[in-house]
Amino acid sequence: MQYALMIYAEPGHVEALSDAERDAARAEYLAFADDARHVVGAQLQPVETATCVRVVGGRTLMTDGPFADTKEVLGGFAFIEAANLDEAIELAARVPAARLGGTVEVRPVVQR
Amino acid sequence: MLASLVGYLGDFDKAEEATQEAFAIAAERWPASGMPANPGAWLTTTARNRAIDRIRRERTLAEKIHLLPVPELVMDEFDEVDDTVIKDERLELIFTCCHPALPTDGQVALTLRALGGLQTADIARAFLVSEETMKRRLSRAKAKIKATGIPFAVPDARLLPDRLDAVLAVIYLIYNEGYSGRVDLSAEAIRLGQVLAALMPDAPEAHGLLALMMIHQARQRARFSGEDLVLLDDQDRSLWDVSQIAAGRAVLDAAIALGGRGAYVVQAAIASLQTAEQIDWPQVAELYRRLVELTGSPVVELNHAVALAQAGDPAAALHAVDRLDLDGYLYFHSTRGELLRRLGRDDEARAAYRRALDLATSTPERRFLTRRLEQL
Repeated sequence: MQYALMIYAEPGHVEALSDAERDAARAEYLAFADDARHVVGAQLQPVETATCVRVVGGRTLMTDGPFADTKEVLGGFAFIEAANLDEAIELAARVPAARLGGTVEVRPVVQR
Repeated sequence: MLASLVGYLGDFDKAEEATQEAFAIAAERWPASGMPANPGAWLTTTARNRAIDRIRRERTLAEKIHLLPVPELVMDEFDEVDDTVIKDERLELIFTCCHPALPTDGQVALTLRALGGLQTADIARAFLVSEETMKRRLSRAKAKIKATGIPFAVPDARLLPDRLDAVLAVIYLIYNEGYSGRVDLSAEAIRLGQVLAALMPDAPEAHGLLALMMIHQARQRARFSGEDLVLLDDQDRSLWDVSQIAAGRAVLDAAIALGGRGAYVVQAAIASLQTAEQIDWPQVAELYRRLVELTGSPVVELNHAVALAQAGDPAAALHAVDRLDLDGYLYFHSTRGELLRRLGRDDEARAAYRRALDLATSTPERRFLTRRLEQL
């Protein structure tokens, strides 16, 4: 089954770490991305680079900033292939943000 | 039987429908043709075959169900099917129903429906919600199991301790809903606890929880006198179910023999000590101290303080209670009231009881607190 992992964390939570802790977190993220069940993923640029787009009455409207103005913001995502939810959760728990105060939302993908 | 069908079919609703159909067929046929040599096997095989039948007719759904290649219908061979072929998959079912990814009210509802076999209407009534609401809760939980791929399995050894905690929490929640007056659910919780303890004989906390529930329930009839709450000290012990207390203590001994020292075992030990003729309050206080270590719960700290007072030191108890941040909790204020009363500080006691009365929601609570105020 395919699952989407959406990684939420407070901006700057990685920068706030010591050099050693930051290196450790990066290594963990690489190990996670290297897992055979990791299909694709990306870290997103900071929330200041976000633009929200809507089309109303045929016109394209845009606003500066992320969709939700929250303390924890979407910082990255990954698509994984897992046998079941427990396996997906086990993978999600390996995302460093999860142990550094962030949250990983796990949702099954609609199969087309 | 339902458990093995859910495992085989990977679907709660289909398993339920098939089970009902099998029973209906049995009710029709057995009076005339006599009961088969192995009724359990007959029912399970019949249920499976009915389900397979239906699935064949609803082929488009098949991809959503974890079925082995559909076997040929074997309607004539029931008597040869061995009982050992039917795996007891109730443990898988319990862990599936109580998966932490499900909302708690869904876990509770599903456990009572799938394992307890309770009717949706009865579950709804027990939780004071409409049948529609309870149906929705059940649907949502089942839908999430299917959509997210929650596996029908006993968790790996690595995950088992946490997942067992979740199961025990659900059973205890069911018990407590029954404890506050509606006895039916507490009996159901004990039954579930017995099933779990039998399926996990080496899990001390499962035995601990069962012992705790049994000992508490044994005292149930003495807790209320009409509309009035009766304190432990004042309970009519002749109303206690002595054999259930003895049975509970035996389960507790088993838990301790397994090396259990976890939260449920400790609570059961406390409950057991409290059934003694002369309660060993210093021992109870010591157990509460351990429970505080295990849970970090301020409510447990409150109970610890009460035990200290009962052991003869109300001043130390009040000191411990005053350090707690439980302003919205009725028993915090009623406990303060009692401790202040014992220390002769009547005005402060009255204020505390009045604050407790503000927070009281049930008639027995209100009556108890009002009487205490009057006595001051």
